[in-house]
Amino acid sequence: MSPILAIVRRDLLMVMRRKSEVLTALFFFVIVTSLFPLGIGPEPTLLRKIAPGVLWVAALLATMLGLQRMFAADHADGTLEQMAISPTPLVMLVVGKIGAHWLVSGLPLVLVAPVLGIQFDLDASALGVLVVALLLGTPLLSLIGSIGAALTLGVRGGGVLLSLLVLPLFIPALIFGAGAVEAHISGLGAGGHLSLLAAMLALAVFFAPWATTAALRIALE
Amino acid sequence: MSNRLINWFRFASPHNFYPLAGKMIPVFWALAALFGIAGLWMGFFVAPTDAQQGEGYRIIFVHVPASWLSMFIYMVMATWSAIGLSLNARLSSMMAQALAPTGALMAFLSLWTGAFWGKPMWGTWWVWDARLTSELILFFLYLGFMALQASIDDPRRADKAGAIVALVGAVNVPIIYFSVKWWNTLHQGSSVNLAKSSMAVTMLWGMLLMALCMWMYSVAIALTRVRTIILEREAHTEWVLQLDEVKA
Amino acid sequence: MNWNSAAEFFAMGGYALYVWGSFGVCALAMVLEPFLIKKRHTQILQTLHRQAVAEKIEKETP
Repeated sequence: MSPILAIVRRDLLMVMRRKSEVLTALFFFVIVTSLFPLGIGPEPTLLRKIAPGVLWVAALLATMLGLQRMFAADHADGTLEQMAISPTPLVMLVVGKIGAHWLVSGLPLVLVAPVLGIQFDLDASALGVLVVALLLGTPLLSLIGSIGAALTLGVRGGGVLLSLLVLPLFIPALIFGAGAVEAHISGLGAGGHLSLLAAMLALAVFFAPWATTAALRIALE
Repeated sequence: MSNRLINWFRFASPHNFYPLAGKMIPVFWALAALFGIAGLWMGFFVAPTDAQQGEGYRIIFVHVPASWLSMFIYMVMATWSAIGLSLNARLSSMMAQALAPTGALMAFLSLWTGAFWGKPMWGTWWVWDARLTSELILFFLYLGFMALQASIDDPRRADKAGAIVALVGAVNVPIIYFSVKWWNTLHQGSSVNLAKSSMAVTMLWGMLLMALCMWMYSVAIALTRVRTIILEREAHTEWVLQLDEVKA
Repeated sequence: MNWNSAAEFFAMGGYALYVWGSFGVCALAMVLEPFLIKKRHTQILQTLHRQAVAEKIEKETP
């Protein structure tokens, strides 16, 4: 446990020294969600309908913006190689990095989303479901995204390639995350969607770090 | 070991596989032509007109085979990738590399023919039908695999990275399919009944024969492409430089 | 036999655009793909041949 916490602490410390990176992703989330009403029109019933989807797509894109940061800096200065040859299993260090990434990229989105939901005229209970869905979904995005980040480490055209690799894999999270809020709004209850989201999260927690570690070792060869 | 037993593992070397593939290719083209002619004949001249969809339904004779192939090729590609990654066998990874463009093409054909079928039947070129949407995502997975391999210079790293993408994708394909299916039924999209209620035997046979045709075609193409890939990647070896087509 | 004349066959009961649009693109793809592979194969053979010739010349010149 403590290596994981040590890595989380380290990454958070490094992010605190360069807060702008975190904040830009957050502002991206805010701005993108504001773009949709501007593009589509201010009518409240329409906005309420598109709100879950828009918020989720924006969260997806904002998470993706931050994925490159996960390993790039450590790879550039050689820290990643040190991590790979250290006695601590690389998997644990990877879990720590993913955790730190979520705390920095995912959690702020979860906290800001209710405010943005109000822009779309969502009621309080829907906002609650949204928060829970994002709470389950953003770690899932960080986990899946970490695989893509490790695969595209140091590769030409990394950012766009990362999007192409990772966005198709995000789609189930998007479907169930946005679907949860919509189901709640339409009265069907979000339980099923949230359970499936939680199930995907559980699977990802077990399998994604292994895939990411394998990808990192390949990148470090 | 008796002289009559073949050591199959010798074909794991690109040097030995190259001529074997060369001999196999015409066989698969011949099979593809045979199945194709049989399938087209069944599809156009034997299978009757559909009661609901008229002649337009005949598109299934290319749409369904293309879809089946796109999924099958992905699984085969993932398998070869897994073998290449776990056994460190570069020919297996080359085979995966050779299969990807054909699989992507099949996915594209599935989407194209699906759209051309959708227009007369459902009124629009694109419908967010669960299967078409999953097919679109599969197409993106193929593109991701190919793009990643194209952007990594070191071929062995590209092989292994591509293997991870293919395997993660393979695990995700069922998840994606079921989530899209759920999403589609929830949103009460156009309730599509792809004429599966009572398919005439001749229609089924036509589909199967065309599927076999496309399968044989894909094998032939993949073997041809893998030969090219072998030459490209083994350019520094003695046996390549001694090939008749290459010798100075 | 389903068709009374060639014209009927090509008309496909009004669905000609869609049926031939589909089969046509598939046929096109299944011709284009081998063609492109053949081109790529010829290219690599030429490159390798030029390489072999260049090496031979290098070895022969004192």
